[in-house]
Amino acid sequence: MSILVGSETKVVCQGLTGRQGSFHTEQSLDYGTQVVSGVTPGRGGTEHLGLPVYDTVRDAVRETQATVSMIYVPAPFAADAILEAADAGVELVVCITEGVPVLDMVRVKAVLAGQNCQLIGPNCPGIISPGTCKIGIMPGFIHMPGSVGIISRSGTLTYEAVFQTTNEGLGQTTCIGIGGDPIRGMSFIDCLELFEADPDTRGVILVGEIGGSDEEAAAEYISSEVNKPVVAYIAGVTAPAGKRMGHAGAIISGGKGTAAEKFAALERAGVTTVRSPAELGGAMAKALG
Amino acid sequence: MNLHEYQAKALFAEFGIPVPEGRVAATPAEAMAVAEALGGELWVVKAQVHAGGRGKAGGVRLARTVEEVGEHAQGLLGTRLVTHQSGPEGLPIDTVYVEEGSAIERELYLSLLVDRDSERVVIMASAAGGMDIEAVAADTPEQILTAALHPAAGLADFQARRIGFGLGLNSDQQRQLGAILTKLVKLFYECDASLVEINPLIVNGAGNVIALDAKINVEDNALFRQASLDALRDEAQEDDKEREARAHDLNYVSLDGNIACMVNGAGLAMATMDLIKLHGGEPANFLDVGGGATAERVTEAFKIILANDNVEAILVNIFGGIVRCDLIAEGIIAAVRDVGVEIPVVVRLEGTNVEKGRQLLAESDFAILAAEDLTDAAVKVIAQARDKDAVV
Repeated sequence: MSILVGSETKVVCQGLTGRQGSFHTEQSLDYGTQVVSGVTPGRGGTEHLGLPVYDTVRDAVRETQATVSMIYVPAPFAADAILEAADAGVELVVCITEGVPVLDMVRVKAVLAGQNCQLIGPNCPGIISPGTCKIGIMPGFIHMPGSVGIISRSGTLTYEAVFQTTNEGLGQTTCIGIGGDPIRGMSFIDCLELFEADPDTRGVILVGEIGGSDEEAAAEYISSEVNKPVVAYIAGVTAPAGKRMGHAGAIISGGKGTAAEKFAALERAGVTTVRSPAELGGAMAKALG
Repeated sequence: MNLHEYQAKALFAEFGIPVPEGRVAATPAEAMAVAEALGGELWVVKAQVHAGGRGKAGGVRLARTVEEVGEHAQGLLGTRLVTHQSGPEGLPIDTVYVEEGSAIERELYLSLLVDRDSERVVIMASAAGGMDIEAVAADTPEQILTAALHPAAGLADFQARRIGFGLGLNSDQQRQLGAILTKLVKLFYECDASLVEINPLIVNGAGNVIALDAKINVEDNALFRQASLDALRDEAQEDDKEREARAHDLNYVSLDGNIACMVNGAGLAMATMDLIKLHGGEPANFLDVGGGATAERVTEAFKIILANDNVEAILVNIFGGIVRCDLIAEGIIAAVRDVGVEIPVVVRLEGTNVEKGRQLLAESDFAILAAEDLTDAAVKVIAQARDKDAVV
């Protein structure tokens, strides 16, 4: 089992005919994901990678019954692409695009607040339910169907957690990269709620980083609402204050959002924390006995 | 991206936000000419650097004669200003801003920023202006007034009134503040700002509300649609290596240690620094070469790393993912050869074809050590840096 996406999920790709969209959609198809159509304005009526291309997401949803959209359009057009997907009734939008202006996301979040549409990202690796559905840029082969849920703000650090839980023989139910931007879609809490309710997920790995207070909010939520074991790592103990560490959201500002604060909040909530990212898999194996 | 005060004040003036008269100068003679042109009996000479805390650091000086303006400009220009935000080396003072002096009745604080928790643009104001606002927020949070702007509604009149009453302004000053807030919100959105800060916003001797200082940060992700602001970038205020990295689409941040890292992905790059520290070493930098880790990027990354004389060993940590490890290994070997890397390089590779990749590294003619895993990589690179210390 898995959360959010699985073998039945039908996916439309916005930006299918672009370089990134083409490359990663091909990878998704190879993995067995049901990508059913693409959208590129002006290319409606053509075919790409054997998939029908439409001018609008509405057309794609109507003709191919897609319920999830993955977005690879360039940053200047990403906010509009998210709004178009939500307007077309897509249930889940996965925005891979990096570099979306933050004020665009402020606007997008205000619109989505009134709609029945979940957003993952932007600036994220995507979501994968191993063995059935890969939506994003993560390498499929390191995953293994299993029992751990993974939530992370970082791409390659997610792969570390995946790789280790695969090596431990635990495998994953679903892995979600929620993205490295300061204003984004699903939070740690949104994902924790789904993993807690998923009968096949036995434990959750949470990979956070400096900046913002999402980890602190997650800690508070875990202490009252999550009964499954949670293992957490926070990147950026050595990051200097006031410097943006690659991700737009990874910055300690006004002395807030340090790794030390986040570790402390998670430990108070009873979460098993590890100081080395190399220990995530081992700690989860131990927590699950 | 930061703007200088003089650039921010020019934008303020353009949007109709009141600022004192002033102009920028690059020489003492220019500074004196500005003071002559402004007239009056009191001037302020302000060092233009991208750091707060200029006043305490001696970067803001009062002058009562035109000659004194020239002396202050002489004393500041060509030197470096060290403030609590500038780092120990300080920042170069290439220009000064010469401004008419203002009679200050009250000092207030006003800023707009993108608040992560509410996911809104938020106005912050305080009657405790002219002070370190972070300290005010920590010690006396009740002295900070906030108003979150809904993207559809924008600034509502009641929000401006609430801030005006909260700051204890009279009705005329409240009207002035309302106009300033409306214009600031417009500027914030139109310039894709991530922060606009006025500290202090003053009530002057005539009872008028004026922006005595101006700080604007433009959001990096939005620079593609802010060409005229991007053109205001002052590269002299930026770290050389960070600037060079940006030109090659690499993310680099300088640190004080001796072990350099080159990593794909920002989260893993931070984690790699932490791992070095955890095992007793000191990271020299944060460097994200991006998901692809192509030979070209790796080559540029080595050049930037080696420009730092403190570096004694390099840790390359690549989680291959979709790119094959043997290709990455070939890229690393080529880069080490082309750049002429003479210090030890420890490489940790993971992903497709990892065995072949490690074999290529082991068989290369260079001082490249292949690591088994993350922990092994950190331990090995620290040992290499120590050995080097022992030789010296």
